[in-house]
Amino acid sequence: MEAEKLLEMAKAAGEEAEVYQVSSRRTPVKFESNHLKQIRTQESTLTALRLVKEGKIGFASASGEVPVEKILDMAVGTSQFGAKANFTFPSADTYPDVKTFDSETDKIALESMVGAGESLIAALVGHTPEISCEVDVVKAFSTVRLLNSRGADRTYSRTVFGIGVEGLVVNGTDMLFVGDGESSCSPVLDPTVVTGRVIRQLELAKCKAPVATRSMPVVFTAHGVASCLIAPLANAFNGKMVLEGASPLKGRLGEVVFDKNLFLYEDTTVPCRPSSRPYDDEGIASRKNTLIDAGKANCFLYDLQTAALAGAASTSSAIRHGGGQPSPSASCLMFAEGGVSFEDMVRSIKEGLVVEQVIGATQGNVLAGDFSGNVVLGYKVENGEIVGRVKDTMISGNVYEVLKQLDGIGSEGRWVDGSLFTPPLLCGNLSVSARDGGK
Amino acid sequence: MPLGLSRSKMMGMLKETSLRDQLQEILRTTKADYLEIRLEESQSTSLIYRGKRLEEVNQSASQGGNVRALVKGGWGFTSFNELEGLRRKADLAVVQAVMAGKGQSLQAPAPRVVDEVRASLEKSPSDVPLKAKKELLDEYNDIILRTPKVQTSNIGYHDGKKRVTFANSEGSYIQQEREDVGLRLNAVARSGSEVQQRGISIGSVKGFGVVEDLQDRVREIAEQAVRLLSAPQVSSGEYTVILDPILAGVFAHEAFGHLSEADFVYENQQLREIMVLGRRFGGKVLNIVDGAAVPGLRGSYKYDDEGVASTKTHLIREGVLEARLHSRETAAKMGEKPTGNARAVSYLYPPIVRMTNTFIEPGATTFEEMMSGIKEGVYAREWYGGTTSMEMFTFSAGEAYMIRDGKLAELLRPVVLSGNVFVTLNNIDAIGNSLKMNEGGGCGKGEQSPLPVSNGGPHVRIQHCLVGGR
Repeated sequence: MEAEKLLEMAKAAGEEAEVYQVSSRRTPVKFESNHLKQIRTQESTLTALRLVKEGKIGFASASGEVPVEKILDMAVGTSQFGAKANFTFPSADTYPDVKTFDSETDKIALESMVGAGESLIAALVGHTPEISCEVDVVKAFSTVRLLNSRGADRTYSRTVFGIGVEGLVVNGTDMLFVGDGESSCSPVLDPTVVTGRVIRQLELAKCKAPVATRSMPVVFTAHGVASCLIAPLANAFNGKMVLEGASPLKGRLGEVVFDKNLFLYEDTTVPCRPSSRPYDDEGIASRKNTLIDAGKANCFLYDLQTAALAGAASTSSAIRHGGGQPSPSASCLMFAEGGVSFEDMVRSIKEGLVVEQVIGATQGNVLAGDFSGNVVLGYKVENGEIVGRVKDTMISGNVYEVLKQLDGIGSEGRWVDGSLFTPPLLCGNLSVSARDGGK
Repeated sequence: MPLGLSRSKMMGMLKETSLRDQLQEILRTTKADYLEIRLEESQSTSLIYRGKRLEEVNQSASQGGNVRALVKGGWGFTSFNELEGLRRKADLAVVQAVMAGKGQSLQAPAPRVVDEVRASLEKSPSDVPLKAKKELLDEYNDIILRTPKVQTSNIGYHDGKKRVTFANSEGSYIQQEREDVGLRLNAVARSGSEVQQRGISIGSVKGFGVVEDLQDRVREIAEQAVRLLSAPQVSSGEYTVILDPILAGVFAHEAFGHLSEADFVYENQQLREIMVLGRRFGGKVLNIVDGAAVPGLRGSYKYDDEGVASTKTHLIREGVLEARLHSRETAAKMGEKPTGNARAVSYLYPPIVRMTNTFIEPGATTFEEMMSGIKEGVYAREWYGGTTSMEMFTFSAGEAYMIRDGKLAELLRPVVLSGNVFVTLNNIDAIGNSLKMNEGGGCGKGEQSPLPVSNGGPHVRIQHCLVGGR
């Protein structure tokens, strides 16, 4: 589809216009029950037009063979009812040099991807013969182009390579799920980092251990942090939630809300992450935003429109979810590492839990920071040692209470889910409940 | 301003007859054991409010398709937006299937079908002018924002129209049309740093009427959000819990529905033993059903995305596992009948085994009978969400009340409930007498979300249910 033609037509129809185009090709290789099952190639294109007509925003998006006239018609149609545009599109800017692309990734042969999956499965089956693995090895290539009526016209390319496994060990009616993954803009063909982590999970989960219903110290591993604590924080720092007054952090910038040793950044300039980028989805240069600075709430995340309404500046946080209009959203969140090793955290606990994976935690009142979920992978700690895996156990808490005073911030951070970097966090006291009270 | 595509324009990309010829030529000459092509055209409108502002009005149009090939048990799949070079795309799918296939292709037989299914709605959302949609939503938004102590609102409206053409190498050629409308309304109340919210989520394939005349319900949720500000949180532990019909549906979906999707069990011998038909999961009162053939609901359709006619399946009858949900492949590999449950959220993905309309069948117990005799329990209503890891599951209530001495007592903050499928279903000891369906949900599985489904049930009482809290 001709982006220039659409932009010209939109400029003629309104005061300002912006065309966003992304084309991508993903190749996922999927193993089921330890065997290669499916190979796919998914090609897609998207064109989105945002225009300002009579001061109001119109928006339309299209995939496939949709005529430019039709896209323009749809956008003009919505502009009659659209929000007042409080911003102007950015003109051509200078952007940081962010590594988002590795030509090697696109060149990887399917055979190599299959080989990586097979060696991952072989390593896990070698350790636990009865494990059943689902493995995904994915490579993706995409090109993002953004042009607007202020003269900006920029393109960047992105590659993503990912390898991930979910292993299931069934024993009677007991199901043990383990899993981990890695991703980068460069190929990750050596699965030993992933298998090492999963084998550790299998080792720690060998025995089962009872838990009592009461409050106790909890170590959130990186996965644990991701599954319980991130969604409420991402909401609370979202400039849109703040503007509406739905964020508990509204009006509290500069206030010490969290542990004074806690630092949280949003940084899309880090190289090679799936969400790394030279500029956001509105063309604003990427930057590192400090959200929590020594426990202080330091800044909120904005796109152009929200920033204008809030009297702030864009923090380069505009994301287009599912091809929709840009909206502020946290990507590439990073907690600074602290000084306590994971082993020392465990050693410091008389009776407590290590929480690795929780389901349902973010389905309660996320706005207020409440979380409550089932620990599907977690371990019991007794007298400074992990003694086994827990079952039928829930944890509940509030992210603001948990992060207000931490008993330890881990010294070993890692990436989880591609876009969160975090060390383990030790919470001194959390509500734990177990079936039959753990009896 | 009507936004719907008229039928003559929808297949504008190619003349319909020549399209059909082209597809059938590719399918007839394939070297794959099985080949299918799915083409999709869709158009949608969405409106998003945040607080006073109508923040987004969007329209989108999309065309795309895919080819799926089966060779020696391995699948190849290509999806695309451009129809050009369809033959080459089909060839690539076959090459990928050859690479993945090292065994034997198995597909349960399905009759060859040639059919055309038109959407028939009482009031098509695509015939409602954008202005009228906006005015209706403005009214709901005003109701929420006028409520004292409400801080903000959050409204998402969506309607869409989709036309899917399916053709396979066995001679089936099916065209299905579908229209869908969804509305999510949220009221956020705030007092100091305390923030609470209540929402409703509604959807339908029957037409725009479902989102009209909601003024009273909207008022109710706004007032409820405010009441939650001063509600206490339940203490963690095990309780006798009564679920309302909406939450009972979420429970049925999470606690058992996902486990009955055969793609989870079909290639794992131990899981097949656990999930053997005839196994008892609950008491005689428990009956759980899934079926796209139940008409007029959001999970209803005539044919699934493999061209198999929909059915209604008793997953659990009188507490015993009777059947499960299948694609053609899982049915063949387990020696069971296909149920027409292979679904894809869009042309970007291959069909996988999914639920449709899932519900617990009503029993005979009245709500009063259920309540009587509960010394301390929790009454959980409405829903936020639910999730499962198959054995363990959680589901969360939009509102909850303590039950004390057989009576409803204080309002609680929203609660998250959790259970273990092999224990919790057995702990159901009473099933209410009237069925209600919830059509506001979208189901996610793996990368495919949200898929329109419905779920429901009567009131359900569960003993020893784990509740997260303080």
